[in-house]
Formats: sequence, C-alpha cells, structure tokens
Amino acid sequence: MEATVVKTDTDGKTWGGGNRPLNASYGKMMMWFFIVSDALTFSGFLASYGFSRFKFIDSWPIADEVFTHFPFLHGVDAPMYYVAFMTFILIFSSVTMVLAVDAGHKMQKNKVIIYLFFTIIGGAIFVGSQAWEWATFIKGDYGAVETKGGKIIQFLNTEGERVAIADFAIELPSAREAHAEGNGVWYMEDETQTSFTFEEVKAGFLANDDLLVRTQYLDENGQPTVLSRGESIAKVVNDGKLVVEGANLKHNEYGTPLFADFFFFITGFHGFHVFSGVIFNIIIFFNVIIGTYERRGHYEMVEKVGLYWHFVDLVWVFVFTFFYLV
Amino acid sequence: MADNHKLEIFRGLIKFKSNEAKIWGVFIFLSIVTIIEVALGILKPEFLTENRFLAMKMLNWVFIILTLVKAYYITWDFMHMRDEKKSLRRSVVWTSIFLICYLVLIVLIEGDYIFDVYKSNYIKFDF
Repeated sequence: MEATVVKTDTDGKTWGGGNRPLNASYGKMMMWFFIVSDALTFSGFLASYGFSRFKFIDSWPIADEVFTHFPFLHGVDAPMYYVAFMTFILIFSSVTMVLAVDAGHKMQKNKVIIYLFFTIIGGAIFVGSQAWEWATFIKGDYGAVETKGGKIIQFLNTEGERVAIADFAIELPSAREAHAEGNGVWYMEDETQTSFTFEEVKAGFLANDDLLVRTQYLDENGQPTVLSRGESIAKVVNDGKLVVEGANLKHNEYGTPLFADFFFFITGFHGFHVFSGVIFNIIIFFNVIIGTYERRGHYEMVEKVGLYWHFVDLVWVFVFTFFYLV
Repeated sequence: MADNHKLEIFRGLIKFKSNEAKIWGVFIFLSIVTIIEVALGILKPEFLTENRFLAMKMLNWVFIILTLVKAYYITWDFMHMRDEKKSLRRSVVWTSIFLICYLVLIVLIEGDYIFDVYKSNYIKFDF
C-alpha cells in the first residue's frame, strides 16, 4: 500500500529504474535513508549529553531553575511553560503539514497552499522562540560566583530565596581603565567585563549577614546544598575567583559549563534543522502556488518535505524530554 | 489511491472515518500526552520521585515512556509508517532502535563509572 502514486516513464522497466523496492519511490526511500542517519546523529548528541550528566549526576543543574522565564511576564516564575508552548507550536505545525500532504493526495491545490502557509508560520514562531530562549539563557538572571576549581556558587537569603548579585554587591572605586586601540602599538581587545568584579561581590556578601551560599552539589532531596553562614563566608573568601553572569561556552552561572555547551549545541543543531525545514517549506510553497506539482501530476515533493518536517518534530520531542523534563 | 490509509489507531480501538479525522485524533492524543508530561514536570508527585527503578527515578521513566509513545504516533501516523510495507518499516525502525539502545547503554555505563571514580577518588587518573 503506497501513500503516493508516482508515474514515471520508466514504470514497469525493472532495469530502467521502474522497480520500486519496498514499494517506496526513489525519493521517499532516500528521505528515509537520510532520516535514519540524521536520527543516529541526534542520538549521538543526546547520548553524549547523558554521558556527561551521568558523570556529574550529583551536581547537574535543575532545568526547572534554569528555564523559568516567559516572554512579557517579568519576574514571574514560570518553569517550562514557554517550552511546552514551543512543543505545541511544533506539533501543531506537524499537523498542518500532514494535512497538506493529505490534501496533496487529493490534488486540492488551494488546501495545500493554506496548510503549507500555516506550517511555515508555525516553524517561524518556533525558531523565533528558540532565539528568545537562547537570549534569555545567555543573559542569565541572578548571577553567580565561580570558584578556583571551576564550580559555581549561588547566593540565597536566609528564607532560601535566590538573590541577584546586583542587589548586594558594593561598588568599589576602581582604577581600571580600558586600553583603547589608539593608545598603543600593541592592542588586544579586552575581555568581556561583568557588571561587578569579584571583589565588589565579596565585599557586599561580607556586609550582608543574611546571605548564604549554595553549591552545585545536590543533597539527598535532589536540591542544591545550602551552606551555613560560616561555611558560606569561608567558601566565598577562600575559593571564590570570578563573577559569572549568564552562560556561554566557557562559563555558566547555572552550574557546570557542559550543560550550557550541550544546550547550545543540541538545541542549536535542532534549530538549524527547523530553519532549513522552513526554507524547504517556503520553496515547495511557491512551487505549489505556481502549479509545478499540478503539472507533474502528483504532490510527492510535499510528502517528502513533510517527512523531514515530522522528523524535526520527532527530534524535538526527545530534546524536550531530556533537556527540560528528565 | 489516496483513500487506502489504515484508519484505526490503538490496535483498532478507534477507527476514523477519514484520514483527515485520524490526523486530528492523533493531534488530540499527542496534546494530551504533552499536557500530562508538563503537569508531571511541574507537580513532581512524591511517589514518583521517591521510588527508583534501574537507578533512575520513576518519574523519569514515565517521561521516557510517554516520549516513546509520542514518537510512535508521530512516526506511524504523521510520517505514514502505518501505510508503508512491513519490510520498510522494520528496516528503518529496528535498525535505529538497535543502534541507539546499544550506544546509550555503553555510554551511560561509562559515564556512571567515571562518576564513581571521581567520587571515591580511588583511582585518580586511569581512564
């Protein structure tokens, strides 16, 4: 039973390409080949994420505390709602895609156009949301201190609520002057500066008696370990080294830098797939409008691009589970 | 020829009248599964986080199983695997499942081993 019937002039000629193994046309078969290999690539990424997570199983960041923002809702703690919204967008665009394929089988050109249009819009919303998610993650929210050993310590008040470093850091007079390109023969660009230096954060921490520190290590309830005031002071004074705001490939205020690396790499690779899927959809969208497939007599191209689009959705289902839920 | 889709899901429990109706039905099912996942992720019921099975919280097993259920319906109904020949279906699905399970198994065991080495500090640099 085939989902699409393709008529070519080689039909019936076994040695001329008319033979169709597994009853799938050449294009569809190759799309399945590609999907299997791409699925293995993604599972390689997710498996290495699992490897690193098992390696640091007692100090891995908790996703609920990392992705807590929702656009236009400032200061509202909304873990996972936005990413759930993104999941729905992607599943819904998969539905419109499969409806477009179905309309293609029935040679209903106008329906194909409408459904493809909604698919493209859904894909664009998803890529935009992904960009927003990245921007929020890179910007960070509370800020943290990195120790000499590369671990992250975060600040809490005595009620156990997170405190942003901007709320307690004391501005110290600084003699730091940026080296400008015009001032010397030898010029190297300055590193990005955090809004407070470590000394400023340390002074503010020592001045506020109700501030505590928590480490990356999870206690038996799966929550980060909170230190007593005495231990906290010792930790900051002896081990503290660097202020971290937000995340990049080397530092990550939420915890181990590997978490940020995998986040950027896996969601980035997936976002790139969505982006190329949107481009393919736009190409076939215009092909449908100018009637290419009507003249060809079948809409198999819509089905093949549809396979790719559903695959992207399928990968997201796994990324969603392993990055945000588990 | 466009009408020769297999229209029943859940092993014939629900049979749809048209392919379009089946698509909407599967969409509703996938949405319900996603809502359950998000609700469990936010509530984190205690009986699921406290009990463990094979070194993992029960809640994580629930998430993984629900994900596989979603993956099944996306592949079978959106990607039309249900309508393909059995041989195509098996060569795509079982190849991937075998290779992925094998990879995940060895890589996770290795990760757990390295965790133990870090933690017990018995062997400092021998891997």
